[in-house]
Amino acid sequence: MSEAQTYLPLSPDALVAKVRELHAEGYRLVQIGATTLGETIELNYSFDRAGTLLNLRLQLPAAAAHVPSISSVYWCAFLYENEIHDLFRVHVEGIAVDYQGKFYQTTVPFPFGTRAQTAAAPAAGN
Amino acid sequence: MARTVIPFGPQHPVLPEPIMLDLVVEDEKVVEAIPKIGFVHRGLEKLVEKKDFHEFVFVAERVCGICSFIHGQTYCQAVEQIMGVAVPPRAHYLRTIWGELSRLHSHLLWLGLLADGFGFESLFMHSWRVREKVLNIIEATTGGRVIFGTCKVGGVRRDIDTAAMQSLLAQLAVIEKDMREIVDVFLEDNSVKRRLCGVGVLAKDDAYQLGCVGPMARASGLTQDMRQLGYAAFGELTFQPITRPEGDSFARCAVRCGELFQSVDLIRQAAARLPTGEIEVKVTGNPNGEFAARTEQPRGEVVYYVKANGTKNLQRFRVRTPTFANIPALVKLLPGCDLADVPILVLTIDPCISCTER
Amino acid sequence: MAYFRMTQMALKWAISKPATNPYPFAPRVIIPGSRGLLTFNKDTCVYCSVCRKKCPTGAIGVNRHQKKWAIDRLRCISCGYCVEACPKDSLALSTSHGSPAVTKDREIYQGEMPAPKAPAAAPAPVPAG
Repeated sequence: MSEAQTYLPLSPDALVAKVRELHAEGYRLVQIGATTLGETIELNYSFDRAGTLLNLRLQLPAAAAHVPSISSVYWCAFLYENEIHDLFRVHVEGIAVDYQGKFYQTTVPFPFGTRAQTAAAPAAGN
Repeated sequence: MARTVIPFGPQHPVLPEPIMLDLVVEDEKVVEAIPKIGFVHRGLEKLVEKKDFHEFVFVAERVCGICSFIHGQTYCQAVEQIMGVAVPPRAHYLRTIWGELSRLHSHLLWLGLLADGFGFESLFMHSWRVREKVLNIIEATTGGRVIFGTCKVGGVRRDIDTAAMQSLLAQLAVIEKDMREIVDVFLEDNSVKRRLCGVGVLAKDDAYQLGCVGPMARASGLTQDMRQLGYAAFGELTFQPITRPEGDSFARCAVRCGELFQSVDLIRQAAARLPTGEIEVKVTGNPNGEFAARTEQPRGEVVYYVKANGTKNLQRFRVRTPTFANIPALVKLLPGCDLADVPILVLTIDPCISCTER
Repeated sequence: MAYFRMTQMALKWAISKPATNPYPFAPRVIIPGSRGLLTFNKDTCVYCSVCRKKCPTGAIGVNRHQKKWAIDRLRCISCGYCVEACPKDSLALSTSHGSPAVTKDREIYQGEMPAPKAPAAAPAPVPAG
């Protein structure tokens, strides 16, 4: 098995416009996932059309990770966006259903974020 | 009309696992549903930093207790793809056979739970009676009942010899006959039809927009089945995704019933073509790269995103399980339904919450 | 008749033998090939610690100097990694699943010491994790 998987680097500002374009072309939202890489957080938005996977890739600084919500285009994105907020401390603006950080119940705030983020979280008053 | 909020779950007779829905009801009609999950979040994705990538197969298998084998298989496929490991064909076929056995037992479990959900206790018992026979095959060929433990990076850890395969096929013939009996009840009994037909209709367009996967999408008429990607041996076997146009709860039940027999057929095809040779290759070195592997679980498409940086621990391991993708559809289905239909609707997405929260 | 699908089945099962086992009175049929309890042969073991390193759950403890081998049964997942790794074939998976555990104990096996010394009182070290 070897399927082609494309990764398109993108800036957060261009995200919603690009997603809208993909939506019009008939793509389905597969997942939104985050990865902590040192002091950056990488977001992968995966879309699928007829079995081919297309990924949009965002690189955000971990200290101030802000990203616009795509739940106005793909309503079902709200679950993924709450997830990346609660686990990685990525602030997603304008989620359709915002759980205000209460989606996952964790003892450590933002457990999957960078070390600095997790340590700074109580001071930030989450 | 005054609105009342009724909490549904996290402990509820129809729920095997904890999910909570705040149901806003007017009289007996649900007007809004707000899901709350996170009761069984275990942080398995983070555990990847402590276990090396060979050992992690065991953790991946324990993401879910029901579709365990396919979780392990998908993880192995992702790592193998990154490392460029060519898995022997026999291992591919064995993985296919075990994957389909796992689908059989998962669907039979779900049929039992559905029967239990609408109050048909004896049908629930019969579904699980047949499932027990599938579990016996699984135990005889892999050593475990639900946690198979046979998949490893580079192949499989156990072989099925000719005698065991003959006995497997003989038992499968008995199981198929038994399944025909219960499926007839599910699909033709009037009381079942009256309970399920027209309940929770999801249109084809909505199903696509909401990102539905698996039987949920196929029951709404989408021909979406990740097995068509041709992973493992599926590229060499012939099958057609089972779809239904109606999109109601009965269609979702019928799709899963159809898939039972499809799985039996796929196991027979794979057993007939089972190539001889090695079952594993030696894997040396560490992975470096990224890949998103996708396979079809009993509940739908699962995505394993693996990112490695050349050390023995992976950098990131991310699972998008099928139930996670089906929850938005559930939230859209609930408004407008009767309070008494809520358990049926929750069950027809086949919720697997441990998977969802990892 | 659609109403009688279940009735047919119910009648059939009303006159057949039950499909379930009368469990405590008749033991479960043991399926060959099942992965059950890990068995240890202290006569062939050389206390090389390979099983301890391979164990994904850290259930096994080995002390080479005191010739002690210990297992935490509640941690063991019967995966068989140690069995594959053991250079002396001292480990095996039996098909028995053992009796229910009521206490959390480590099973400790003491190998024969080469020279007659006072037996060490310290228990086998528990690997962290």
